[in-house]
Amino acid sequence: MFEFAEAAVQGALDAGATYADARAMVTGSEGLGARNGVLERLSQNESAGVGVRALIGSSWGFFATPDPSVAAAATAAGREAAAIAKASAVVAGPPVELADVGVAQAHWDSGWEEHPFEVPLSERGDLLVAVTATMKAVPGVGVASGHMHAWDTEKWFVSSQGHRISQHLVECGTSIEATAVGEAETQRRSYGGIGGRWGTRGYELVRDADLAGNAQRVGEEAVELLSADECPSGVTDLILGREQLALQIHESVGHAIELDRILGWEAAFAGTSFLDLAELGRFRYGSELMNITADATLPGALGSFGYDDEGTPAQRVDIVKDGIWVGVLSGRDSAQVAGLPPGGMVRGDGWNRLPMVRMTNVGLVPGNSSLEEMIAATDDGVYMETNRSWSIDDKRLNFQFGCERGHEVKQGKLGRLLRNPTYTGITPQFWASLDMLGGPDEWMFWGTPNCGKGQPQQFGHTGHPSVPGRFRGVRVGVRST
Amino acid sequence: MIDPLETCDRLVELVGDRGEAEAACSTGRSALTRFANSSIHQNVAEDFVWARVRVSVGGRQASAGTDRPDAGGLERLVDRTLAAAAMRAVDPEWPGLAPPAPAPEVTSYDEATHLADPALRAQVVREFVDAGPGLRGAGFCDSNGSSSAFANSAGQRLRGRSSSATVEAIHRTERSDGRGWQSSSRLSDIDGAAAGRTAAEKARRGDDLLELEPGRYEVVLEPSCLANMLEFLRDGFNARAHEEGRSFVELGEPQLDPAITLWDDATDPRAISRGFDAEGTPKRRVDLVTGGVPVALTHDRKTAKKAGTESTGHGFGGDGGGIATNLFVAPGAQSPEELVASVERGLLVTEFWYVRILDPKTQVVTGLTRNGTFLIEGGRVVGGVPNLRFTQSYVDALRPGNVLGVGDDARLFDGTYHVPTLRLAAWNFTGGAKG
Repeated sequence: MFEFAEAAVQGALDAGATYADARAMVTGSEGLGARNGVLERLSQNESAGVGVRALIGSSWGFFATPDPSVAAAATAAGREAAAIAKASAVVAGPPVELADVGVAQAHWDSGWEEHPFEVPLSERGDLLVAVTATMKAVPGVGVASGHMHAWDTEKWFVSSQGHRISQHLVECGTSIEATAVGEAETQRRSYGGIGGRWGTRGYELVRDADLAGNAQRVGEEAVELLSADECPSGVTDLILGREQLALQIHESVGHAIELDRILGWEAAFAGTSFLDLAELGRFRYGSELMNITADATLPGALGSFGYDDEGTPAQRVDIVKDGIWVGVLSGRDSAQVAGLPPGGMVRGDGWNRLPMVRMTNVGLVPGNSSLEEMIAATDDGVYMETNRSWSIDDKRLNFQFGCERGHEVKQGKLGRLLRNPTYTGITPQFWASLDMLGGPDEWMFWGTPNCGKGQPQQFGHTGHPSVPGRFRGVRVGVRST
Repeated sequence: MIDPLETCDRLVELVGDRGEAEAACSTGRSALTRFANSSIHQNVAEDFVWARVRVSVGGRQASAGTDRPDAGGLERLVDRTLAAAAMRAVDPEWPGLAPPAPAPEVTSYDEATHLADPALRAQVVREFVDAGPGLRGAGFCDSNGSSSAFANSAGQRLRGRSSSATVEAIHRTERSDGRGWQSSSRLSDIDGAAAGRTAAEKARRGDDLLELEPGRYEVVLEPSCLANMLEFLRDGFNARAHEEGRSFVELGEPQLDPAITLWDDATDPRAISRGFDAEGTPKRRVDLVTGGVPVALTHDRKTAKKAGTESTGHGFGGDGGGIATNLFVAPGAQSPEELVASVERGLLVTEFWYVRILDPKTQVVTGLTRNGTFLIEGGRVVGGVPNLRFTQSYVDALRPGNVLGVGDDARLFDGTYHVPTLRLAAWNFTGGAKG
């Protein structure tokens, strides 16, 4: 496939591009969904194409075509990309320059123990049928659902500077969920993590998740929530489960540190950031316990890869060190504008999307406490776990999260169950209140396979290592009336 | 060039007597010109083609898709779909295939938009940016066109085409953003300068920010806010959600204010659509709320069979139920300016952002205002306020007595919602930039 990517790059250069790169890709995906003990969805998709990026003046031009196997079509795509970039001159800005990176010629694959496509469909389907039947059998459960998704992606990257990189990634994920339907409201309980357990792994991820061992509990906990007390409103100490803290990192750190947002390139849609580049290295993001890295080299995490979609090697970058903001997520163009080293964090959602700055594995470095110790050390607070809703403003400052399940914490012990737990805050104030953090034993990789950004919108796969944490003086129990 | 209907026919033929089959295929071009800091920085286009087949072998179903509909690709697609179906249990609720029936002629196609040159989109951007001198413009102008087809082994064969174009962007001061947008099936309808003037006026008017405590305020919501509300409320009309007890809808009950009348109509010339759904059912108008009373649900073939009725043409080719795709809210008689003039103290909101739902039954959501939030006092806008967070039930906001006025300015938003400005008695703002 390299030859088609090369043809696309050559087409762009011949049409006037000062730089061009192209990705030829072939992706297979499978999704299975069961509901109430019946396998309801079984979809398979095959996608292949080439996307070429041409730089002229102040703009990228990008064109994608679904036929990667005809060199003439790839060359024509390159010419189209250059023509589109040229049209941008009607509303021109400062010329784009690219930060230097090494020119790699390499192959990388993610590795897996058991390729998900090689596990019989019947085995995968039977598992989902069984676990949803188990949940549905719990009296009071109205809807029980379970899902699996797997991707197999091969890509071939070529640039006009000499990059020639092939990669093969296998990703996998699964989740189960029970909905209990009450008179006036519904309650949901799920298992897996942030909408599921996700990783750059094979089917071993599903086996490790032990859906069957959790189905009965999930069903019972959904029903239990219908009769639980409403989460009280007030300001209190908040202990977050590690999967909820993973999404907190994603929303209030991961997006805020994207350099394209900081530079205003995403202002109209995804938004900007409360962070000011002039404060890099000085701004206090959180307490001294807060250490965040962006690490694309973590084996098995959903945001891992060998090279990003500009050919820059995966790397580990410090983002917050001892509570101070020290790093950003960047690509070659944004890093050059900011005068920073390129972070290798540019990826596209398939062959037909322009690569852009995306989170890799943005997560917490573990502390030295534990969930058990946090509860024991809290006189009056609330413990919340598993995300149910998330919302944050366009500067990544004002957030509000809803969780599936809460517990009162009194005198160092978990108390009554709480339904509809929510909490809200302002990003740096919230992170400044972090005073206990789980240790290495509780460190786990979570992921989101549906991180939306860009126009046309793209969905990125991001990873989030996380542990439980305690935050002091947080507003909880936000109500609609 | 691939002919979508020929591709569908080929897929049905490849399945042959091995099962019931329905096939869909679409080809086209999507292009989007994106700008920030008042210059174009990302300018993209793609040619696309995809084909999808769903088979049912004695009630055992599976579906699969590909964007490689070359000869070998279609055969692989059919083989693996049949193999997948074989492992499924028989679905006793399988409704069978849509029978042959003509689809209404839908006119939302413009070839010039489908094939638009990037220079045309760049010109719209130029006009938008020029309408805000001294401000920073950011957003996009896009143009799209597609040709699609459907065929099944029951003899239903349909073709459709559609196009769309949008400019949606903001102008920015140091402290405030203002938004302008236009949407149509024709790029030539898009007036970048007009959208730019709206955005610039909002940005400048909001630059003088006033402090405001969170609380309950009367509101005037611009059309994009109502579009956002419908994005969540429409799920309540999905017959599947209703059957499972996850919907707020109680048919025949006066749940909403009498001023609210809502329908779905892909055949309306103002809609961007095609004349049939993913199951090959022809589109038609479906009244959903009449004078505040929910009167109907949206069905696909499966929920319709279960309910003993006909599909309303809202299927997506899966088991998700029926989702409305071309919603219209009946406009009122007051202009947006008159709605603002009738408010003693309240807020004018341009846009909702990052709205997430906690419970589909209560329709309690949280979200934020964005790109222009203004304080109204004594019937006039007195200044901008920082973006506010709200925690609010969308159903409660529209309960009888809560809708104080409906604008005469209904227009198309996001290609799906044709909606006016609303004046509502109360909205629960629960936080601001300081918490």
